Amino acid sequence: MTVNEPKFHSSTAEKDIVKPKKPKSWVPTLLIVIAIAYLALVQYIPALNVFIQAFSKGVGPFFANLSKPAFLHAAWLTLLLALIAVPINAVFGLCAAWAIARHNFPGKAVVLSIIDLPFSISPVVAGLMIVLLYGRNGWFGPWLQAHDIQIIFAFPGMVLATAFVSMPFVAREVIPVLEEFGKDQEEAARTLGANDWQTFWRVTLPSIRWGLLYGLILTNARAMGEFGAVSVVSGNIADKTQSLPLFVEDAYKQYETEAAFSAAVLLALLAVVTLVLKEILERKTRIKDVE
Amino acid sequence: MTLSPPVEIDSKTPFWKTLLEKLRQIPWTWRITLVYLTVMLFVPIAAMFLKASTEPPARFWEIATSPLALATYNVTFVTSLAAALLNGVFGTLIAWVLVRYDFPLKRIIDATVDLPFALPTSVAGLTLATVYSDNGWIGSLLAPLGIKVSFTRLGVWVAMIFISLPFVVRTVQPVLQEMEHEIEEAAWSLGASQWQTFWKVILPPLFPTILTGIALGFSRAVGEYGSTVIISSNTPFQDLIAPVLIFQRLEQYDYSGATVIGVVLLAISLVLLLAINFLQAWSRRYDSK
Repeated sequence: MTVNEPKFHSSTAEKDIVKPKKPKSWVPTLLIVIAIAYLALVQYIPALNVFIQAFSKGVGPFFANLSKPAFLHAAWLTLLLALIAVPINAVFGLCAAWAIARHNFPGKAVVLSIIDLPFSISPVVAGLMIVLLYGRNGWFGPWLQAHDIQIIFAFPGMVLATAFVSMPFVAREVIPVLEEFGKDQEEAARTLGANDWQTFWRVTLPSIRWGLLYGLILTNARAMGEFGAVSVVSGNIADKTQSLPLFVEDAYKQYETEAAFSAAVLLALLAVVTLVLKEILERKTRIKDVE
Repeated sequence: MTLSPPVEIDSKTPFWKTLLEKLRQIPWTWRITLVYLTVMLFVPIAAMFLKASTEPPARFWEIATSPLALATYNVTFVTSLAAALLNGVFGTLIAWVLVRYDFPLKRIIDATVDLPFALPTSVAGLTLATVYSDNGWIGSLLAPLGIKVSFTRLGVWVAMIFISLPFVVRTVQPVLQEMEHEIEEAAWSLGASQWQTFWKVILPPLFPTILTGIALGFSRAVGEYGSTVIISSNTPFQDLIAPVLIFQRLEQYDYSGATVIGVVLLAISLVLLLAINFLQAWSRRYDSK
């Protein structure tokens, strides 16, 4: 067998030899069944339930729920939150990724942990921190009041909360890509006379585009779906400071279960789109890796 | 030699001047990063710690360890731990199945593991509360057995299981993928049973990774608000979790009460972050062996 080994280069041939050694057993089937059963109990049945509940009374009531002003306002606000928070976090994430991946310095691991901090802070605590800063009795409260600026229980506070919880995604996805890509090409571009901006736009950005896009999708999903932090700072006033996730909870609490599920379907679709795009992008980067 | 005098002068200039000089040399990417982190992260954290420090230590301790607060820690931490540990077992099993076996729809199942990351937490809470309620799909099967899930501590546990599952799977999966098959085959050829191979060959190097996944899931479950607040009845001493207590305190304009509990939660998440970093370093060390 050792003599012949070079001939069995393909993995299928290898498997043919190895397999008979393994005792054929029911273990794999059992494990697969347990794994899928667990996923079904925890994830699939609840996910399916969202769609079935939303359409339980047919498509008509579903659309009727979606044309109510409170819902439309909440959807618009959610869109607006994402439109503001995602670009801000994209700029920050790119800068942070560049700063961290392109420089070696002591304490790099600490900086990486600091970037990750918003993930480990409870959303409610994040909201609380924003209230303690900008609220009526907060650090900047008196100044804000004197200038008649409302942040807590208003849209700016919701933007701050959204930006906080979705802060690390872009940096996190871009850092490994930047590190892998190396800076040879950038240096080459510089020696050929490109300035910083040209180097970034023509050399760096194309090579990190999939990682960046991946980060943006995750940022967007979190920005549109954030509940805890936003609900602390927004005051949850219908038609005013209610984003879609808050609308879902509010409708459920008022026993308008169908309205809650109608809105939930939209957010679940957002999750589905996120997962599909994620899968596509992961495959794209994987193919690039193989090349 | 002629260059040495300026160096001497430089060492005599005050610390803040050299610091300012260094700050001026910082590239603008760093400046944006630092300013944004300061505004969004450092100042808010500092505000919270300073607000908490205005309480006298005795008063702080009194609020932090009031019976109600202790009961919420109990619900939050014990339930999170129970959820994370269960996911430690099943998450590892799912990762194992996804890496080692082929079966229909495997790619879709692999992709849907991340669902809890993508699904907004209020939607998760809403649907879990419905499915596990007394007349829900799963809850109605459990109700005759006398098991109530929604609006009890069990419900909080289910929500925490939901949100912490992907952490274990996604942490264990890549490590399993890179594990060499030969070691197992060697164990088999030496006569080890499948169980022995798993227990003595596969599990030990995987253990730090599984622990990391559990710690990540635990840390997320401790801070979770959206799904747990909806599925729980938020009854004090029964299923009230710490983040909801903070929220309630804020609603009553009890800022110091909210801040003290918030600082406790924040301190615990910082400790967990350190623990996770340590665990990751540990599993990497195992890797290089």
